Amino acid sequence: MIELHGIERDFTVGDETVHALSQVSLSLPDGDYVSVMGPSGSGKSTLLNVLGLLDRPNAGSYRLDGVETTDLPEERRAALRRNHIGFVFQAFHLVPRLSAADNIGLPMVLAGVAPDARKARVHEVLESLDLLDRAHHRPDQLSGGQRQRVAIGRAIVMQPGVLLADEPTGNLDQHAGGEVVGLLERLNDAGITLIVVTHDPVIGRRARRRIRMVDGQIESDKSGDAHT
Amino acid sequence: MRTPDLISFALRSLSGARTRTLLMLLAMSIGVASVVLLTALGEGARRYVVGEFAQLGTHLLIMLPGRSETTGGAPPLLGATPRDLTLDDAMALLRERSILRVAPLTVGNAPVSHGSREREVTVIGATADFFPIRHLTIGSGKGLPALDPGRGANVVVIGSGLRRELFGGQRALGQWVRIDDRRFRVIGILGEGGESLGQNLDDMAVIPVASAQVVFDTPSLFRVLIQARGEDDIERAKKAAREIIRERHDGEDDVTIISQDALLSTFDKILGALTYTVGGIAAISLVVAGILIMNVMLVAVSQRVAEIGLLKALGAPERQVLRLFLVESVMLAAAGAALGVLIAAAGILALREVFPTFPIAAPLWATPAAVGVAIVTGLVFGVLPARRAARLDPVRALSGR
Repeated sequence: MIELHGIERDFTVGDETVHALSQVSLSLPDGDYVSVMGPSGSGKSTLLNVLGLLDRPNAGSYRLDGVETTDLPEERRAALRRNHIGFVFQAFHLVPRLSAADNIGLPMVLAGVAPDARKARVHEVLESLDLLDRAHHRPDQLSGGQRQRVAIGRAIVMQPGVLLADEPTGNLDQHAGGEVVGLLERLNDAGITLIVVTHDPVIGRRARRRIRMVDGQIESDKSGDAHT
Repeated sequence: MRTPDLISFALRSLSGARTRTLLMLLAMSIGVASVVLLTALGEGARRYVVGEFAQLGTHLLIMLPGRSETTGGAPPLLGATPRDLTLDDAMALLRERSILRVAPLTVGNAPVSHGSREREVTVIGATADFFPIRHLTIGSGKGLPALDPGRGANVVVIGSGLRRELFGGQRALGQWVRIDDRRFRVIGILGEGGESLGQNLDDMAVIPVASAQVVFDTPSLFRVLIQARGEDDIERAKKAAREIIRERHDGEDDVTIISQDALLSTFDKILGALTYTVGGIAAISLVVAGILIMNVMLVAVSQRVAEIGLLKALGAPERQVLRLFLVESVMLAAAGAALGVLIAAAGILALREVFPTFPIAAPLWATPAAVGVAIVTGLVFGVLPARRAARLDPVRALSGR
């Protein structure tokens, strides 16, 4: 359960203050499927960063599963990120020197999970992503779609409740993009809260709940079963 | 994060930037190798000098007639010539318990001949104890007989060089040689002694001191070598010897006593300090290597901004990112140090091949000190880059801004 209330996020550019988010309030129940759309600079990426605890709002309240996060120390926020939130980026952000399996296992390495448990879980994830035959390939030996699938594997390996995807299909062709969206939706069907930031109206329309942002504010928030 | 994972993560990022890593290893290993090698050279010089002195004899005091220091005071009424240092003076020293052995010496140059061959060599008048005091070895035959020092004997022990020159391939033991018109029988040949502080032991002849006094027609001794019983007895022996001679010379303090160990320990200290100094200068190269590590790690941090952002997004707190980068620089330093130790060891072996007589060896402290300084350097100079990495804003890092 995600609860935002009165979130403000300001940036100073030169001597000007930009309100990237102003008075954003939002409540997302577990298992929700939300798309966030809007023009460039509308604050949708900032919203995602705030939701992912990468960015701290200047004001307002953000409760994640009932825990107020805005005043937590850096270490606690990192721990919440590690255990409750998965990120999928447009640019994949795979570590180039690590194999697909090691990239997927990286969050568990950082969390200090024992090698045996790690191996078993990575195998499970690879299997569910249909990537077992690519386990020992490095990112530069994988196609774009495969890379994003590895990145999704990495995002879910710690079994988080929330999956944040920032333009997950932005670097992919239509076919691979469709596959990735299908995969994300399957994960959502299995119970994960999915939040997708996108420019692509086709993808945006697939979400059950569609948020449109303009100038740092939520312009519209429509719900309806468009997910077919 | 588990320690093995930490190390393997750092290893992979180091091997991912191969050229950079190799250059760093080179810089660090040169630093460590130069510390170890230079201190090894210093230590070698120290050992060489100590060895030379030890060859001279241990716990040795050298007494010479006459006083080298001027103490002032009233001018002597009965002439200024010091009294002779006699054989009886020397033997009287043995009364003192702290004195183990005494060797009275008379030294001069004299022609030594056998048949038609003649050589002008240093002839030393000595007693049987001269050989153990000076650590001289007998190659064949025997040393001087343990006679009453006041009695002469027509026997001689010759150096191996002199033996070759006088006898060539012939047997020398038992033969007679002529020293300044007196006949002496060869009873021993000295072992190949080489040189001792510039004095060639191969070209000398040793005869009983009483015989030498007759040959050189002098009642006075050239030197008295005194060997103290042990390290702790040297000072007592010195004092007692001075006292005994003063007593015998009517209260006149007219001998000079040089303590060889004092000289030796001075050299030892000087060369030891030199070794430390040279090591310290070489350690500057370690600091330079540390600054290089810092540079390289700063470059690595700026090249891996996106990766650092990712690590943070995946839940790595600042402390963990800091540790990751610190481990990398320490591993660089440690690997460089290990390489440096190997290079130094190879260098020492090579130098030993080239200069077999020079006792080059790294002092015990040098290797651990160099490796320790290298690792501390890696740690200290790794802090700045690691802190920079840890403090990166993940949002900016991930967006590549």
